[in-house]
Amino acid sequence: MTTSALFGRLTLDAIPYQNPIIMGTVGTVTILGVLLVAWLTYQRRWAYLWNEWFTSVDHKRIGVMYIIFSVIMMLRGFADAIMMRTHQALAQGMGQGYLPPEHYDQIFSAHGTIMIIFVAMPFFIGLMNFVVPLQIGARDVAYPFLNSVSFWLTVASGLLVMVSLAVGDFSQAGWSGYPPYSELKFSPSTGVDYWMWSLQLGGIGTLVTGINFFVTILRMRAPGMSLMKMPIFTWTIFVTTVLIMFSFPVLTVTLALLAMDRYLDMHFFTNDFGGNQMMFANLFWIWGHPEVYIVVLPAFGIFSEVVSTFSKKRLFGYASMVYATIAIAILSFVVWLHHFFTMGSGANVNAFFGIATMIIAVPTGVKVFNWLFTMYRGRIEFTTAMMWSIGFIITFAVGGMTGVLLAVPGADFMLHNSEFLVAHFHNMLIPGALFGYFAGYNFWFPKMFGFRLDEKWGKRSFWSWLVGFYLAFMPLYALGFMGMPRRMSHYDNPYWQPYLIVALLGTFLIAFGIFSQIMQLAVSIRQRHALRDRTGDIWGSHSLEWSIPSPPAFYNFAKTPVVEDLYAFTYMKENGINPRATAPFAPIHMPRNSSIGVFLGLFTFTLGFGLVWHMWWLVVGSLFAILSLLVMRSTDDNVDYELSPQQVAVYEAEAYQSANQASGQHAADLATQG
Amino acid sequence: MSDTTLDNHHGHAEHGHSPLNNQLFGFWLYLMTDCILFASLFATYVVLKNNNAGGPTGHEIFELRYVFLETMLLLFSSFFNGFAMINLSQNKVKQTVQWLIPTALFGLGFILMEINEFSRLVIEGNGPDRSGFLSGFFGLVGTHGLHVSVGLIWMTVMIVQLLQKGITPGVRSRLLRLSLFWHFLDVVWIGVFTVVYLMGVM
Repeated sequence: MTTSALFGRLTLDAIPYQNPIIMGTVGTVTILGVLLVAWLTYQRRWAYLWNEWFTSVDHKRIGVMYIIFSVIMMLRGFADAIMMRTHQALAQGMGQGYLPPEHYDQIFSAHGTIMIIFVAMPFFIGLMNFVVPLQIGARDVAYPFLNSVSFWLTVASGLLVMVSLAVGDFSQAGWSGYPPYSELKFSPSTGVDYWMWSLQLGGIGTLVTGINFFVTILRMRAPGMSLMKMPIFTWTIFVTTVLIMFSFPVLTVTLALLAMDRYLDMHFFTNDFGGNQMMFANLFWIWGHPEVYIVVLPAFGIFSEVVSTFSKKRLFGYASMVYATIAIAILSFVVWLHHFFTMGSGANVNAFFGIATMIIAVPTGVKVFNWLFTMYRGRIEFTTAMMWSIGFIITFAVGGMTGVLLAVPGADFMLHNSEFLVAHFHNMLIPGALFGYFAGYNFWFPKMFGFRLDEKWGKRSFWSWLVGFYLAFMPLYALGFMGMPRRMSHYDNPYWQPYLIVALLGTFLIAFGIFSQIMQLAVSIRQRHALRDRTGDIWGSHSLEWSIPSPPAFYNFAKTPVVEDLYAFTYMKENGINPRATAPFAPIHMPRNSSIGVFLGLFTFTLGFGLVWHMWWLVVGSLFAILSLLVMRSTDDNVDYELSPQQVAVYEAEAYQSANQASGQHAADLATQG
Repeated sequence: MSDTTLDNHHGHAEHGHSPLNNQLFGFWLYLMTDCILFASLFATYVVLKNNNAGGPTGHEIFELRYVFLETMLLLFSSFFNGFAMINLSQNKVKQTVQWLIPTALFGLGFILMEINEFSRLVIEGNGPDRSGFLSGFFGLVGTHGLHVSVGLIWMTVMIVQLLQKGITPGVRSRLLRLSLFWHFLDVVWIGVFTVVYLMGVM
């Protein structure tokens, strides 16, 4: 392959203008982007966005931005899903579908990568950013600036995936990128490089977030909040951060070794010269299996909060819930080999990993029973968040059982890499992660924006997703038993086609679910005055985030709350303690906003782009820029400021007033619009 | 599990020290994740150790005497760093800088020796692309070298900051973290010396 000094391997041929599907998508995205930019310019919103959001180090704002990013990526990932399903429903026998194989392969690789790394991860990281400091009574996270850096690294790596659509191609090696196929010899194009560098750079951001929240939870809890008085969501996040710190360095190494193979002609995973491909599989899943729990455990925490709130009860078996979470976390490190029982490591090794895998069902079962007993004899309120939770419990139980089935090495030899596996992990991750995030989104939305989401569209979205899920994935279990392998761009067995058509119909139903969610948001924004949360405690819940106005003041708590009970706010309510802080206030130290995070993200993106296209001047320049920014930041001593007691009093009054006087707010809104 | 609360919440608001303690603790956690990073590289090296694909074995290419000298440079660098830290705790700017300079120079010497070793291997045709074993070797040792190089850049920045700002709480905190980093790299190097070089020539 020819390279030039200026553009590396990049030429005009890298733009796939002969492919109408990609160019149509790129065109649409470009037009939408231009419209958005034009609208923002017309509305003169850039300064507001830059000052109040992009450069913000406020954990609440960063959390919201993470969620917006995740939702955008979800639309992309879902578009991939519906394309795959449509293609597979058509590509039988004489039917060739409409996607050439190399494009189909890119789509399933992008779908997996995006859904795990750029949807699931940022969604829960967004929720935990918003919620955790509020739940533990803190003013911010331990490292507010690094929080902003993490976010912009995530955006930069997501952008890298999106750019691969228009410039070059994406990996065809699946989201797990197994060598030798992902080696330079078999995947000479830039696809694997895009995949590799976006995971690598985003992974660094995630690792920093993990450290950040571990320290935040361990060291910044309100006085009186011992570990066993932490809200259960905070507990699951705490355990998740431990998983992140243990597993993400392994991903870093795995991808770095693959990069050395591809860029420096080394032999870690090659077929020849003493490389070992199965070492990649081992290393990848030593990260990859804990990663599954990294996205699932936070959802477990959300379900626990939601189920206890809407059953009007305290959580059944709090302590067992905590220990089950820890047990799952530990076990998640000793099961990685079940992703490749067929490697041939022998009966004893497979038996160990099979049994370890089955044992995970025990703590998970403890959790399921805890949720059921929490609901038992509760006064259940069927809000949208609660519906997501109940739908999860039922669906997840099915997925868990198919997981135990797959954990039997003998059975796995038959079902390995079949559609059964595809059905199984979607059956775990859609209810186990996504439903949880949707529940959390409905649950904490009023705290974020001061008004709740519309219930009618919320329930429509839930039912469409639930029924759509069963339609889309139950046929895949059957297809797995019928012997259909995963990732097929064409097949000759006419008996498979009806199942794939049913699966496609399910996908359409899920599409309606997503449409309903967009409608829910639009309708709720229109009716925000009717839906306004005037109390700050709209659901009658337990933990500290509900003891302050919705939305909270930027410093969260004017005075640090004192925690007496596991259900800190319920205790206040029951004992007639007014959570509202009163004068005299003490001064508050707050971190200053910083634009360095945005620029670090920008140069990380150019670094990734330069690496993908072998544009070495860009790589060196970006690295130098990143280093300079870090040195600049370390030399800057002016990173925080102090709010005087008088200012605190003013902001505090404002926060309570805007929450209580919705009609006044309405008038003010009309005035600014007019 | 402890049921006691680490009552540091007020730290951010009232006491100036707590955020710095958080920074030290967070950096220590980062080092632990770095430990896992190196553990993965060690595991990789051990898996690939005998895959020399007809190329040389460790026994044929490692020169223990040379590597021992390298090791001594790194260990003495940390030793000098310890003196710098003692002077830092006594708020002596000039002496801290005076000890940081040999720390950096010995670290630089280590890196130069490593670069020399690497280039010799490459010239002899035993570069990282020769075999799985050499890939594992360059991957592990090179990553350590990269860490030391980053540490050297950091140290240079800190010397400049010391001269410009004196010993501020921020500078002190950064120097303490750099010191942790520097000692950590020693510990990793002891592992490299043992697993790669000593066991390699055995």
